[in-house]
Amino acid sequence: MVAGMVLALNGDEAAAYAVKQCKPDVIAAYPITPQTIIVERLSEFVADGELDAEFISAESEHSALSACIGASAMGARTYTATASQGLALMYEMLFVASSFRLPIVMSVANRALNSPLNIWNDMSDTMGARDCGWIQIYNENAQEVYDFTIQAFRIAEDHGVLLPVMVCHDGFIVSHSTEGVETLSDSEVDSFLPPRDPVYPLDVERPVTIGCVGVPEYYPEIKYQQEVATKKSISKIKEIMNEFNEDFGRNYGIIEEYRMEDAEVAILTIGSASGTAKDAVDEMRTEGKPVGLLKLRLFRPLPVKDLRKALSDVKVVGVVDRHISFGALGGALNMEVRAALYEMKDRPHVMGFPTGLGGRDIRVEHFIKIADELLKIAERDMLEEDYRVVGCRGPGCIGP
Amino acid sequence: MALKSLPLHEYLSPGHRLCAGCGEGVTIRQILKAFDEPPIICNATSCLEVSTTPFPYTAWRTPWIHPAFECTGAVAAGIEAAQKALIRKGRKKKWNVVLGLAGDGGTYDIGLQALSGALERGHKFIYVCYTNDAYMNTGIQRSGATPKAAWTTTSPAGRVIPGKTEWQKDLMKIVVAHDIPYAATVSASYPMDLQRKMRKTIQADGPAFILALSPCPRGWRTPPHLTIELGRLAVQTCMFPLYEVENGQYRVTMKPKRKLPVEYYLRPQGRFRHLFTPKTRQDIISEIQAHVDKKWEELQRLEQLT
Repeated sequence: MVAGMVLALNGDEAAAYAVKQCKPDVIAAYPITPQTIIVERLSEFVADGELDAEFISAESEHSALSACIGASAMGARTYTATASQGLALMYEMLFVASSFRLPIVMSVANRALNSPLNIWNDMSDTMGARDCGWIQIYNENAQEVYDFTIQAFRIAEDHGVLLPVMVCHDGFIVSHSTEGVETLSDSEVDSFLPPRDPVYPLDVERPVTIGCVGVPEYYPEIKYQQEVATKKSISKIKEIMNEFNEDFGRNYGIIEEYRMEDAEVAILTIGSASGTAKDAVDEMRTEGKPVGLLKLRLFRPLPVKDLRKALSDVKVVGVVDRHISFGALGGALNMEVRAALYEMKDRPHVMGFPTGLGGRDIRVEHFIKIADELLKIAERDMLEEDYRVVGCRGPGCIGP
Repeated sequence: MALKSLPLHEYLSPGHRLCAGCGEGVTIRQILKAFDEPPIICNATSCLEVSTTPFPYTAWRTPWIHPAFECTGAVAAGIEAAQKALIRKGRKKKWNVVLGLAGDGGTYDIGLQALSGALERGHKFIYVCYTNDAYMNTGIQRSGATPKAAWTTTSPAGRVIPGKTEWQKDLMKIVVAHDIPYAATVSASYPMDLQRKMRKTIQADGPAFILALSPCPRGWRTPPHLTIELGRLAVQTCMFPLYEVENGQYRVTMKPKRKLPVEYYLRPQGRFRHLFTPKTRQDIISEIQAHVDKKWEELQRLEQLT
C-alpha cells in the first residue's frame, strides 16, 4: 500500500498494520486471545514478503520477551504483543527490558487474569505491570491503536527516552471491533519514524557488558537514573505527540478533556470506556448537569502536573478503573489520581469506581449512576466511601 | 591442532572472582580459546555471571549480556534473529557467533523450556551448559543434574535419607531428541578433546550444544587442587563419558583404557562422604555402579547403532 487510506481494521489489525509500516527487524511473540490477530497478521506480512523481519514464534511469552531483549540489545527494532496471562508470565523480563533501556514496543490487548479463566477484557494485566518501568499508553479505539503504535516506536527509540513502551487496547471491545482507520502512507511513516540508531548495541568491535551485578553501593544510583529518565520522558512524549498531530492532522494529548468547561464533577476514564462515558456526559449535559470527562492516555509515566491542572476546578472526580487492586482503594488509577491530587490546596474529592471486570459491559447508564453519585458528593462536600464496584451483583455495588 | 597452537587471547580476562579451584573459570577459558574472534555471549544467572561482572568491573572482553536465569536459549535466539535481519538489511556487516552460557540449574531445570524452544526453531547458536551438579550460586541446592546420593543443602544426607534419592536427568538425550546438528560432552581435564568439539560447534549448521562438567570445590566439598583430577576420574569411571552426537551419529571420544570403579570418583568428594562413613553404604555404591554400567553400555550400543 502506498498512499494512506481509510481501511476497515479492528484494533489488533490496526496494531499489526502499523507495526508493518514501522519495519521492525525482529518480532518475537506467542499467541494469546485476544492478541492473536496481531501475530497472525504479522506472520502473514512476513510470509508474503510484505515485511522484511525475523519472526520468532517463541515457545512462551517469557521467551518471547527474552528474545526481544536479545534482539533489541543487538540494535534491532523489536516488537512483541501479548495479553493477560502472557503479560503475567513476562513479568520478570519486563523489569529487565526497561532497566536495560531497550526500546521494545509491545501491544497489549487488555484481558482479565485467571482464575476463573476469562478471556474477556479488563486491565488487571497491564495495571499489575505498572511498576515495571515501561511507558504505558492506553487507547480508546482502533484509530488510536494505529496512531500510537507508530508513535510508540518513535518515543521508545528517542535518545531522550530509551524506554520500552506498552501500547494497550481493550480486548475484544477494541481488538475485535472493526472500524474505519485512517492510515498513513508508508512514506509518511518513514518520514516520521527514522531507522533506529542504537546507543550501546552488542558489538564485537566495541564490547559492552550488559546486565552486570549491582551491589547496594551502586544499585540505588542506577535505579535513580532510571526514575529520572522515566519522569523526564513526559516532555519528550508530548513533543512527539505534537509533531504527529501537526504532521498528520490529529489532536492527541496525554490527557483528553471532554466538556470539562464549567464542570463541577469529572469522570476520569482510561481506554475504550471513554467513548461510552462521553455519551453519558452528553446526556447529563442536556439535563443541565455540570459533568465533564477526562480521558487519561498516558498512565506511565503518570502525568501528575497535567492531572492537577486538569482537575483543579472540579469538586469531585470519579475514577473509573477497569480492575481491582484487592484490599486497597479500588483500582490503581483511583489510588494514583488521589495521591497526585492530595497536595493540592483545594483538592477535589476522589472516589473510585472499579468496573467492567472480566468483560462485563459498561453501559451509559452505569456512567450516569456514577455521575449522579459524584453530584451528590459535590453537594454534601463529603466522601462516604473510597470506592464502589460498578456493574456487579453484590452488597454495596452499583447494579449489574 | 596442539595445545601450543591455541590463540593467546583471553576473552575471559584474569581478575574475575570465581573461587580458587573453580572448574568454570578453567572450562570457559578453554571454550573461548576455540574462537578466532569474540563471540556474542548471553549468560544465564549463575556463579560465572555474578563472579565476572561486579559493577563497575567486567571480566569479559566480548559483547556480553545477562538478562535473567531461565532465558538463555531465548535471548540467544533473539540475538541470532537480529543479526540475520540486520545483515540482510545492510545494517551489520559480519556474522558473529552467538554463544549461550548457562549452568545446570539454568539448563536442566528452569531454562529447559527456553533451550528446547530455541533448539526446535533451529537458531544458529552454541549453547554451553557448564554443570557443577547443583545450585552452587545460591549455596549448594539440589538440581536435576545432581547425581544420586549426593549431599546438597536441599538433599541432605540425613539420618533416614542418604542424600539425593533420584538419578541425574539425562540432559544429553533430551537435547539430542531435538535432532540438532551437533551435541557433545566435554571436560576441561581433556583440553584437546574440548577444543576439537568446540570447533565443531562453530562449524555446525544450526544449534550446537555442549555439556561441560565443571567440578566445584565448595559444593563438592573437595580441595581446590583436585578439580582437574576429578574431571579425569569422572570420565575414567564413566560417570561422565565424553562423547559427541554429530547429525545423529554417536561417537565416544574418550574410552578409558581401564574403566575405574565409581568409588574412585565418589570417595574423594565430601558430598558423598556419607557413603563411606561412619559405615560404608555398599548398597548405594553398588546401585550407582550398576546405573553407570548400564548407561555406559547403552552409550556404546548407541555408538554402534548410529
